[in-house]
Amino acid sequence: MTEDVTPAKIKELKLKANQARQLVIETLTQTGGSGHTAGPLGMADIFTAFYFHILRHDSKNPDWENRDRLILSNGHICPIRYVSMAQAGYFPIEELKTLRQINSRLQGHPHRTALPGVETTSGPLGEGLSQALGIALAGRIDKKDYFTYVLTSDGEHQEGNTWEAAMMASKEKLNRLIQIIDYNNIQIDGNVADIMPLEPFRAKYESFNWHAIAIDGNDINAFVNAIQEAQQVTDKPTIIIAHTVPGKGVSFMENDYHWHGKPPKPEEAEKALAELKAEAEKIANAN
Amino acid sequence: MLNPNLKLNQKLFDKDVEVEPTRAGFGTGLLHLGEVNPNVVALSADLTESTQVNKFAEKFPERFFEIGVAEQNMAAVAAGLATSGKVAFISSYATFSPGKNWETIRTTAVYNEANVKIAGHHSGIMTGPDGATHQATEDIAITRCWPKMHVYVPCDSIEAKKATIASANITTAVYLRYTRDKTPIITTDETPFIVGKVQPFWINENPKVTIFATGYMLYYALLAAKELEEEKLPVLVVNVATIKPLEQEGILEATRISQAVVTVEDHQVEGGMGSTIAELLAKTTPLPIEFIGLQDTFAESGRPIELIEKYGLGTKSIKEAVKRVIRRKI
Repeated sequence: MTEDVTPAKIKELKLKANQARQLVIETLTQTGGSGHTAGPLGMADIFTAFYFHILRHDSKNPDWENRDRLILSNGHICPIRYVSMAQAGYFPIEELKTLRQINSRLQGHPHRTALPGVETTSGPLGEGLSQALGIALAGRIDKKDYFTYVLTSDGEHQEGNTWEAAMMASKEKLNRLIQIIDYNNIQIDGNVADIMPLEPFRAKYESFNWHAIAIDGNDINAFVNAIQEAQQVTDKPTIIIAHTVPGKGVSFMENDYHWHGKPPKPEEAEKALAELKAEAEKIANAN
Repeated sequence: MLNPNLKLNQKLFDKDVEVEPTRAGFGTGLLHLGEVNPNVVALSADLTESTQVNKFAEKFPERFFEIGVAEQNMAAVAAGLATSGKVAFISSYATFSPGKNWETIRTTAVYNEANVKIAGHHSGIMTGPDGATHQATEDIAITRCWPKMHVYVPCDSIEAKKATIASANITTAVYLRYTRDKTPIITTDETPFIVGKVQPFWINENPKVTIFATGYMLYYALLAAKELEEEKLPVLVVNVATIKPLEQEGILEATRISQAVVTVEDHQVEGGMGSTIAELLAKTTPLPIEFIGLQDTFAESGRPIELIEKYGLGTKSIKEAVKRVIRRKI
């Protein structure tokens, strides 16, 4: 079970998330014009909370059989996963600059057998919840007590496969399966609410017999509390609807869907890093 | 003559030859695996009895998952189980799995190197009265193009059981192709089944043509061979039960004397077993080839035997193809 976060821990996690955002920007400027920016920045707080507070894991033993599983369904936001993993010691920070380059373990969309610690290959949308379900079922068969966390996106809920899995997870009463949806309301072609609306979203999941919790996904304290609540549920899976700000931390990227699928140019990266560094100072100096 | 080394069914050419659908061999093979390997799990998409998973499901309910009519979910759930140490068999009609869920299998099982076995049932026009919607005639093409994939097409229910059991020894994805209707028993329990090997079932010292057949169509190829022998036209008939990996050595050896080929399958000729033989021979020793299979068409409802005749897959068509290819020899 996840412990409470102390104010000192919150401060540490906020600084870690800020550093993660800076690493995301630096990493994406080296990819030669491809990669996703908004999603990774929006999910930096949640990834930081996972790797530095919530997950039972060992970066030096990534296949440890009792580890909690963290499955990333919307694989395109993998830069933030790679950054968190590097920060947590899975591989050297230096290796981040190989993202999307030839001969790299950091594939443009994550590949299980390329990099230890990546639980599954993902990118094609709508498949992660099903895979997480399979992983949770295996844990039940093998009488393991790990939690299976799966990160999904709002856009990928337009895939029917996601709802096939949502039905089955409640049928199987998989209470150790916890879904976190990055509800940032952007997708490639525009705002989710315009492209194909999902609302009423929470009611959809509740009618599928899931336990649902809605939070500000950029509030680490709220997220940890939601995880603790989800871990207490005994008879059904939980979805944490994390309302995040895409592009979080960089003023000219926030809430702009144009940043879904492109990396910053060098001058944009410089501006972004300056903003993030100023924010880091603010966090460090706050009481 | 029938290859004596392979201990084939001596009653093969009798009128009362035993018949059984290959899917029955899958069912008994899966049950056996459940008994010997606690990591084997099975998933079904609302076709448990039809695909013969029911025997496994009854005996091992804690390792059986009814997914409902949701083939994409079935494939990806299986991948999750497989990356967690299970050997996951998914079972449906081949038009739906690996048809409808092709990309899901590609990403989560094949590229992901997950230990998932895809059992595709109701393959070919042998499916009969259900019509073309349910007759999978492209499944070999869409699975053999995947890197490192294994593709097995057993010729009868006995071989189907062996192929099912053998697939569990492979640690990555395998496609297994089964048929609905009863077909003649060609092999015996003693006949060897070796992954990655082709086997000459009908042999001759001086064959004029080599027939490569896969699945139950092997029976019609063997009938054709017997009749051709009576017409003093010796041929070889080779069982291609493993379409991928394809055994180069065995195929070159089987064509060394004949220098002409007929391929026989209940599948579209584009991309099927015949195509894989043609690709191999084009790279090594180009030979004239005639392709028996569906010729750029869907089939229709009907009794299997009627469809086989109408769509040019039967013994008569095979014999004509043999004679055509001989005329094309240089």
